[in-house]
Amino acid sequence: MAPFFVYVGLFLLLPTAIIVAGSFAATDGTFTLSNLTAINQAYMITSFVNSLTISVASALVGAIAGALLAYAVATGNPRGAIRRIVTSASGVLAQFGGVTLAFAFIATLGTVGFVTVFLKDHGFDIFANGVWLYKLTGLTLIYTYFQIPLMVLVFLPALDGIRPQWREATESLGGNTWHYWRYVAGPLLAPSFLGCTLLLFANAFSAYATAAALITQGGIIIPLEIQSLFTSDTGQSQPGLAKALALAMIVIVTIVMTLYTLLQRRTSRWLK
Amino acid sequence: MAAKNAAQRAGVEVRLEDLRRSYAGITALDGLTLTLAPGELVALLGPSGCGKTTAMRLVAGLEEANGGRVMFGGKDVTGLPASKRDVGMVFQAYSLFPHMTAAQNVAFGLSLHKVGAEQRKQRVGEMLELVGLSGYANRYASQLSGGQQQRVALARALAIKPTVLLLDEPLSALDAKVRSRLRDEIRRVQLDAGVTTLFVTHDQEEALAIADRVGVMNAGRLEQLGSPTEIYSRPATPFVAEFVGLTNRIPGTVKFGMVEVRGTELPLVQKDVPTGPATALVRPEAVSLASEGDSVPGPLIGTVIAVSFLGATSRVTVDLGDITVLAQLPTAEASAHPAGTRVRLAIRPDPVLIAREEKAPVEA
Amino acid sequence: MTRSRRLKLQVFRVVVFLVMGAFFLVPIGAMFEFSTRGNSETAPRTLEAWTNIIKTPDLIDAITASLELAAITSIAMLVLLLPTMVWVRLRLPGLHRVVEFLCLLPLTIPAIALVVGLVPISRWMRINMSDSILMLSFLYLVLVLPYSYRALDAGLAAIDIKTLSEAARSLGAGWGTVMLRVIVPNMSSALLNASVLSVAVVLGEYTFANLLNYENLQVAIAYVGLTSAGTSVAVAVASLLFAFALLMILSFVGRPRPRVARAEKTLAPVQLVPPAQGTK
Repeated sequence: MAPFFVYVGLFLLLPTAIIVAGSFAATDGTFTLSNLTAINQAYMITSFVNSLTISVASALVGAIAGALLAYAVATGNPRGAIRRIVTSASGVLAQFGGVTLAFAFIATLGTVGFVTVFLKDHGFDIFANGVWLYKLTGLTLIYTYFQIPLMVLVFLPALDGIRPQWREATESLGGNTWHYWRYVAGPLLAPSFLGCTLLLFANAFSAYATAAALITQGGIIIPLEIQSLFTSDTGQSQPGLAKALALAMIVIVTIVMTLYTLLQRRTSRWLK
Repeated sequence: MAAKNAAQRAGVEVRLEDLRRSYAGITALDGLTLTLAPGELVALLGPSGCGKTTAMRLVAGLEEANGGRVMFGGKDVTGLPASKRDVGMVFQAYSLFPHMTAAQNVAFGLSLHKVGAEQRKQRVGEMLELVGLSGYANRYASQLSGGQQQRVALARALAIKPTVLLLDEPLSALDAKVRSRLRDEIRRVQLDAGVTTLFVTHDQEEALAIADRVGVMNAGRLEQLGSPTEIYSRPATPFVAEFVGLTNRIPGTVKFGMVEVRGTELPLVQKDVPTGPATALVRPEAVSLASEGDSVPGPLIGTVIAVSFLGATSRVTVDLGDITVLAQLPTAEASAHPAGTRVRLAIRPDPVLIAREEKAPVEA
Repeated sequence: MTRSRRLKLQVFRVVVFLVMGAFFLVPIGAMFEFSTRGNSETAPRTLEAWTNIIKTPDLIDAITASLELAAITSIAMLVLLLPTMVWVRLRLPGLHRVVEFLCLLPLTIPAIALVVGLVPISRWMRINMSDSILMLSFLYLVLVLPYSYRALDAGLAAIDIKTLSEAARSLGAGWGTVMLRVIVPNMSSALLNASVLSVAVVLGEYTFANLLNYENLQVAIAYVGLTSAGTSVAVAVASLLFAFALLMILSFVGRPRPRVARAEKTLAPVQLVPPAQGTK
């Protein structure tokens, strides 16, 4: 019993406390808000915007594509092979992140990647306007690779909860497909869809390894900014800055996850 | 239980002509022909997989028939989708939309039919009152009991003044006590509204209690259609005899025009049964008991194993040595033969059916 | 459902599966293709990249280290978590919410953020305990907490440990015996579940290792990739196959038993949602 709390205290609560305390500490130990205000610099703000942009973009693409895939699965045989294959694959691919994924995409869409070469042989140069794989666009594309399976895993239960009787009742009362989605299925699935999108957002926002393996120079998103503070001089002279960034990340993710939990609760009330 | 003559009520005639439906190589419905008089409540009764639910779904337009026609008031609706047929449906479970209150559920069909807000409100109030749930308008499905949910579903179905009301085993998911009360409720409401109704169930007690006529189905075909009394007392086929009410299967021998069972000769319902050994189907009410010592003609002697008290009547299980026979008597009489006593049995010479050598119906 | 609607639905499904299938399989295929390339565009296919794996000592060291870390973390997780959860269930049900909250807390703290606060702690451990990479297992335990907790909780919920332990105790068993001979054997699939998840998380972890200057498997892959992309991709494919194999084992072992199963909510029993911190 005690070892558990000691352990959690040391390796989870203590670091968090260090982050919180360090965000407000100046180099001489006094209380200051300068670490937080230091975030208000052009390059930092850009990184924040970039982080938010790719998180929103990959969350939306992942949510919509994932929802369509989940719908295709849910409308099939519940015991069929397709369902089992897709859900198992989603379980594996949702975890397939980081370094391995970055290299997979380098192998696919890098300058000598399989698809790049294939398209070039057929006359399309996808990098005619610059190699975008190692920039925000590429990163967003790569993120969708684990966002879509994640969406399938978290959204499928809600789709399973939609009963065929509701569609039939709508029809017998005089409604058509549009009425059904507009007044019944849409409102019922909306909380879950929104919650899952938020989860995807938090997932992308927290991601670090993929970007680190892909983008070797520059800190265009917040996790990479934190990384560069570890190795740079700025990082040595302003130790509170990294902590302030970490704190900002924790706050954002916590808010998003809280909303997610609330929306999931609403969903499970209706779609058990 | 029909208080009024079915023909006198409002409502529309519903006719099913030779309806057929099969999928994946299985024939679910094999030529069903049935006419519901305006305002009549017909129950489709049968075991799982007999085709009763399929028939109902074809009437609703939720599935397309492979053959035959459905007519509402003389108009052929076979090609129409469900949304154009104006049918009211109550399902076995998950009837209500969980994200809407009871009132919103009832109002939903009305808004789809473009009924104005004021009129909608009034009609919703009327319908909820009809099913006795006036104070529950703002409750969600999760806040209502199973019986209440079904009543709201009924109100919702009737709100749009449907041509025909379809009930798909609406009571099967409910507790026994709630079931019998709600059953009477449904009948009362149906009579009040005067709407032609098709009621699907596997519970024969339910069907016999509330229907104007009962159609017993088996393996996609209608075995018998008639009033509850007819179905019960004069089953037309062995399947009906065994599915509706209790039946004794007693071995005997078929001779010309009758079957001899343990010394008693019973007339036959079927005319085409070959002579020889066969199993006669005898209703428990046709079996009478007397004490062993009484000088009542009856060559069957056995021991009472158990007496089940059912209220006004009791069911007595008698062991004849090689078979067990059920007798159903007024409780006062049955009390004279408690468990363990020796009794004499006599079978009333009503016409009986001979069991066909058929496999037991497969539970789908 | 009407025939035309059914047809439209089938077309939709086929299109979705084909498009998605392509999208997900192409990068994996590309990895295989890339790792077997020769020296130039016209050179024949070769397994040189793969044999390089064995020839690169740094890589071998990193692989070994990661496997050791995986084993240590799994065992430590079981030793730390299981008795705690059992004790809470049996003796201190009031603490249930607290323990659950703490175990699920890492889900809301990004690894890249947490590592900032772990720097001084890691430094202290390096100086006062050891500078071996295996120290990382202390930190990895935090990352695997949520997944292991969920897996073990599901397993504990499925067996009535109150009754089992009372029966064992009444027959004279001490708590050690109860744990080892009564509870553990009845939870074998949940334990395996929790362990395999831990292994998968540890093998995929990059954030802590990289920023705290340790060279584990993922760090090594990234490093080797700077000079020899082919070898990196080969290792990446190998680790992917390994993780896939692990999770396949999981889906066989972790199949819900009839008593516990909820009808057809057959998600992959892999409760890896959301993905582990530090691996993305």
